[in-house]
Amino acid sequence: MPDMKIGERGEELINYMRDHFGGFFDLIQGAMTDLLRLTYEVLSALQPTVMIGIFVALALLVTRKLGLTAVLGIGLLVIESMGLWFETMQSMATVLVATAVALIVGIPVGIWAAFSPVVRAIVTPLLDFMQTIPVFVYLLPTVLFFGIGPVPGVIATIVFAAPPAVRLTQLGIRQVDAETVEAATAFGASPWEVLREVQLPLARATIMAGVNQVIMLALSMVVVAGLVGGGGLGSIVVNAVQSLQIGASIEGGLAVVILAMYLDRVSAALGGQGRGMPSWWPKRRSTTGVEIAHTEQKELVAA
Amino acid sequence: MTDPYGTPTGDPEDLAIVGRHLTKAYGLDGRAATKALAAADPAAAVAAAGGFLGAHDVSFEVRKGEMFVIMGLSGSGKSTLLRMINRLNVPTSGELLIGGEDIVTASKARLRELRNQKIGMVFQHFSLFPHRSVRDNAAYGLKVRGLPRSERYERADAALARVGLSGKGDKFPHELSGGMRQRVGLARALAVDPPILLMDEPFSALDPLIRRDMQDLLAGLQAEDRRTTVFVTHDLNEAMRIGDQIMVMRDGKVVQVGAGVDIVARPADSYVSEFVSDVDRARVLTARDLLRPALLSLDVAEPPDVALSKLADNEANGAFVTGADDRLLGVVTDTNLHGAINARHRDLSGVVTDDYHVVEPDAIVGDFMQHSGRHLVPITVVDAQGRLAGVVPRAAILSALSNVREVAHA
Repeated sequence: MPDMKIGERGEELINYMRDHFGGFFDLIQGAMTDLLRLTYEVLSALQPTVMIGIFVALALLVTRKLGLTAVLGIGLLVIESMGLWFETMQSMATVLVATAVALIVGIPVGIWAAFSPVVRAIVTPLLDFMQTIPVFVYLLPTVLFFGIGPVPGVIATIVFAAPPAVRLTQLGIRQVDAETVEAATAFGASPWEVLREVQLPLARATIMAGVNQVIMLALSMVVVAGLVGGGGLGSIVVNAVQSLQIGASIEGGLAVVILAMYLDRVSAALGGQGRGMPSWWPKRRSTTGVEIAHTEQKELVAA
Repeated sequence: MTDPYGTPTGDPEDLAIVGRHLTKAYGLDGRAATKALAAADPAAAVAAAGGFLGAHDVSFEVRKGEMFVIMGLSGSGKSTLLRMINRLNVPTSGELLIGGEDIVTASKARLRELRNQKIGMVFQHFSLFPHRSVRDNAAYGLKVRGLPRSERYERADAALARVGLSGKGDKFPHELSGGMRQRVGLARALAVDPPILLMDEPFSALDPLIRRDMQDLLAGLQAEDRRTTVFVTHDLNEAMRIGDQIMVMRDGKVVQVGAGVDIVARPADSYVSEFVSDVDRARVLTARDLLRPALLSLDVAEPPDVALSKLADNEANGAFVTGADDRLLGVVTDTNLHGAINARHRDLSGVVTDDYHVVEPDAIVGDFMQHSGRHLVPITVVDAQGRLAGVVPRAAILSALSNVREVAHA
């Protein structure tokens, strides 16, 4: 096997892109920076205690569980007491922006892949690639494109966190009972109406599970983003580790865990896995609409 | 003789659906399908190319207001054919006319319009929308049509009331039993008031008692609406119960088309006779199917001694007595006649008895067979004007119920 100089060619490609598409990358960097700043400003506009109150109210509203809400509230107070509130909000801003972009791109691609075998054949290996390539490998080029700061961290986070949005959207839509889709079609619904009125609502639980995973993956990138000047809790942990401040690293790590817990439980409840279910959702917990449809069919066949 | 199904035989105005030479090869692209279908044995050629021949050269006609049943075992192509009617299945070749318009070549927009306005459908597994209320399910076709909510709900509630679900509009499908869910499925189709209704084994997922209720419900609705309905089933008893015309399919081909009684009485081949051997023939055959002419009937004005000698000539123990306009008055027996002669009666009016069982021509054999053999004369069939139409001898009933082939060759 001759040496194809893959590394050299890759480096050339990256240099070429940096030289010729610099304006494009600057544009993205500018937009991302603005978006991150705006999100952070909203999250840090009010006193930490007031914000904690808002977060707790939101958790209660969405999960409808008193005990869980209390635990989450205490966790947020612990963050505040460690003096890491604003860093936590910075990380949350990063997670929210990265998640939003990952979903805005990922869900439509997932829908497209659900309908087109060709798109699916292209997207699936690409997603495998995005999920398996070590983060540090593309973290460096993103720094070259976007410079040191929060933006390369967000971009790397998007690449790392988007795949579940695509995969689970695609899965959710394909899992919808074919006869139910046929029923809508038989009554004259257009493909767009079928998607909007039948497939997306019935795939909702699966798609929301994907959203939850995107958020969790984005959070797991918070510390890595700290390596390239992402700020927030990532920088706290990275700096603490580099200067061997074990206490500070424990505090930073704990704050990440609490933030993760909060975002996980609230986003999971939004997907109908908690008790914040829409009125039509069956009373049995942890059962998705798809499973219900399947059990119905099995019962019918058995009958 | 010309192709029996290829050309319309009735008045074209009278035909709601016409299918001509419909073929469906699954799993092959256009060119491969064309090539395989041109082979001497298309089914084998399609299978060899990696596909499956769902329907092959099927032609049929459904008249307006008719309940047309497509029957066959699973894999016989009946659902394939049904789904061609609203193009959920696109035929590989052939044409399908809805009111004279070919749905196979219709534009996408026109197809959606036809589906929405002209063709309702009821599914085997109900296929309700689990995230919508019963009322919203029933109103779905009207929502697609773009009607305002109030009108949609009004018509949906009316449709729900027709299927016996008044007041259930706010429930969700998972809160209903199987039978009630299929009522919602039926209401969803009825709410758009389509001229054509397609039903894909709608009751086969229900338990037998509920199934019978649903068949009765459908029969009741059909009696009011006379809606053109294409009904797929694998249950011949169901087909017999509700169908005006029955088309029997096997391996993607039509084996026989006809009224239920014809199919039971004259199965086209061993496949159909195998099929109908399961049928409770007593529930299908009517007095008309087993009708024999009455061998002996006497005029009421005849003298008793003449009547008695006619009985003797016919080796009979009793005979029917008719009056003016051939109306049936009753029965006389040899003993009665003997008494009448001794009592010097001039005619038969004094000795006519009602010792016989009368049925109408449409009476179901199963409903009257227990009366057979209880009287000196056979079961007596009388038409609407009260005239003697004929008799159903006990031997004819026993023969009809015992073996398909004997009926077929009767």
